[in-house]
Amino acid sequence: MSKHTLSVLVDNKPGVLARVAGLFSRRAFNIHSLAVGPTEHPDISRITVVVDVEDHPLEQVTKQLDKLVHVLTIVELERDRSVQRELLLLKVKAAAKERAEILQIVDLFRARVVDVAADSLVIEAVGTPEKLDALRAALEGHTITELVQSGTVAVGRGAASITLSTEGDD
Amino acid sequence: MAQAPADVTVAPTEMTGAQALITALECAGATDVFGLPGGAILPAYDPLMDSTTLRHILVRHEQGAGHAASGYAHATGRPGVCIATSGPGATNLVTPIADANIDSIPMVAITGQVGAALIGTDAFQEADIVGITQPITKHNELVTDPSQIARAVQEAFHIATTGRPGPVLVDIAKSALQATTTFSWPQDLELRGYAPDTSVDAQSIQDAARLMATARKPVLYVGGGVIRGRAWDALRTLVDLSGAPVVTTLMARGALPDSHPQHLGMPGMHGTVPAVTALQKADLLIALGTRFDDRVTGKLDSFAPHAQVIHVDIDPAEVGKNRTPDVPIVGDLNEVLAQLVPALKEEHRQHGKPDLEGWWKTLDGWRETYPRGYTPTEDGLSAPQHVIQRLGEIAGPEATFTAGVGQHQMWASQFISYERPKSWINSGGLGTMGYAVPAAMGAKVGEPDRTVWAIDGDGCFQMTNQELVTCAINDIPIKVAVINNSSLGMVRQWQTLFYNERYSNTDLHTGHGTARIPDFVTLAESMGCAGLRCESDGDVDATIEKAMEINDKPVVVDFTVSRDAMVWPMVAAGVSNDEVQYARGVAPQFDRED
Repeated sequence: MSKHTLSVLVDNKPGVLARVAGLFSRRAFNIHSLAVGPTEHPDISRITVVVDVEDHPLEQVTKQLDKLVHVLTIVELERDRSVQRELLLLKVKAAAKERAEILQIVDLFRARVVDVAADSLVIEAVGTPEKLDALRAALEGHTITELVQSGTVAVGRGAASITLSTEGDD
Repeated sequence: MAQAPADVTVAPTEMTGAQALITALECAGATDVFGLPGGAILPAYDPLMDSTTLRHILVRHEQGAGHAASGYAHATGRPGVCIATSGPGATNLVTPIADANIDSIPMVAITGQVGAALIGTDAFQEADIVGITQPITKHNELVTDPSQIARAVQEAFHIATTGRPGPVLVDIAKSALQATTTFSWPQDLELRGYAPDTSVDAQSIQDAARLMATARKPVLYVGGGVIRGRAWDALRTLVDLSGAPVVTTLMARGALPDSHPQHLGMPGMHGTVPAVTALQKADLLIALGTRFDDRVTGKLDSFAPHAQVIHVDIDPAEVGKNRTPDVPIVGDLNEVLAQLVPALKEEHRQHGKPDLEGWWKTLDGWRETYPRGYTPTEDGLSAPQHVIQRLGEIAGPEATFTAGVGQHQMWASQFISYERPKSWINSGGLGTMGYAVPAAMGAKVGEPDRTVWAIDGDGCFQMTNQELVTCAINDIPIKVAVINNSSLGMVRQWQTLFYNERYSNTDLHTGHGTARIPDFVTLAESMGCAGLRCESDGDVDATIEKAMEINDKPVVVDFTVSRDAMVWPMVAAGVSNDEVQYARGVAPQFDRED
């Protein structure tokens, strides 16, 4: 299996996410991560979905997705030709004696502390999935009491815009 | 096509959402709708009463409305329309919608929904039918704004009938039906995400023509897309030009006349030995509007192992789904064939016609050794195959035949000679028992002048026979042949073959020498139909002829037949098509052919 990142532009209508997500599960494709949000066009939403599939089933799922009436465009964003980011929030136990070491790790990973309490910190980190994995590994000696991570969002490198070309299809 | 949105203009008019729905159905070109009212859809039934162009047929169960719409669409090529109320009315449409989806039938289903303010509150007769039918519709939509009703109906008809056809459901909140709006029929489509691919790649056409011109063992593997795409004339031209043998799948029976000398019959689990084996031995498959379904391919990785594949389909997702083609062609079959035929002619002109003589010698040998046939019964009762064969011969090629699902369906696909596209209507992909009677009702409404025979099993018939009441009341004189073997016959056949003859829950007590509950003859009479019974081979012709003469009401014939008859040939589930059995324990040996 290999991971593929698909950017799916959809009509901003109720239930579209359910249609897209339902198609993946119905056709037995495994979603690794999913992120949905607005675009620069109020009537278009963007779904970034990372799937774990071989090339052949990927083509099949892309074709099936394309048949959904509210799906406008599907673009696969290759890792080396796109910027891909996830957001990680970590709540970690931080008594006075371990606090310095944690802050050093936060610094090394260019993460940020966004909440401070007497014996805990909330750390915010943005990066590739690999970087966030590394941050978690570095904090292994400490007690993580809560972890929440967003799906990948991604955008292609260079001037080309997939939303502009979608408009052009009209 | 019935719907041509741009041709219809309606001056903006003040009306209720309910009136807007009925007017929109009229604008979309609908003339016949099948439905059953209830609370949420009730507002629409009031203006429906005043419509002069919409004929509403009141069914006895919503499933009947859905299958009737399907039979109507099958027979006419026009979209079938069914209407139901919210909750249970809508969920009763689920089976016919799933059936239409997998068999690519153009259908529009209209359901009432609880008022917008009640949605999500578990209100009386509330069901999330849009959520429920999302996986089994081509598209669906909930409408809560009355001004969106016309657009939703227009889009539903457009989506249902273009590209690969399929069912579209429009769920309309009662509050939207009751509110007032300004109706106008949209002149444009606003579907920026929906554009069926119709451009054909010229290079692929060249590649296909070259392969066809050089193959020594080609087979045209024809699917239901030829019928949905109305491409039977173009197919005929290609068949005659290529000289290649043809197989027609269960969904494509009639796409090429069975009497055509190049026709080898149906492929697949219960296909003819020549059709199944031709695919296995072929060096080229020209697959037209077909989806390499498991009932055709058997064990996929051993299907047609020596063949290159040209796959033509209007749905890009079908091309390469199950078998990777050497030449993929996405497009409308008529357009593709219009280009492929001259390209093949040009190949023939340059390089001569390929020599298929050796291939035909082999094929003809198989046809001679393994003709259509059946084993006589041993219990003195009629052979179901004989009954069905005589039905086909007496009713003739102009009749339309529908079927349920099971042994009778397979025999009807094997022992009736189909000479006309759309003369065979059945549930292929979903395999929906109970399809025959309501589908026959829809076919008869669509083509009232044709004789329509529903060939049904005693199991299937007990699922949907109540629509005979609808037929009797509404002057829809269909004919039903119940092939009564007193069993769930196909299941029983599998129990015979694979479960050591342990007949768990397949005895229906309807046949010869049983309690006959229900008695199909008196059941038919109670529903306002003529009821006939035929218990021996000697009476088959006379009974069919008698049924053919009754045209003022529906007829049900209870043909009591042997329960031990089995469907042959057969490829057992999950094995290679190389292991086709001509009859029980009779496996052809082909190795010398190679």
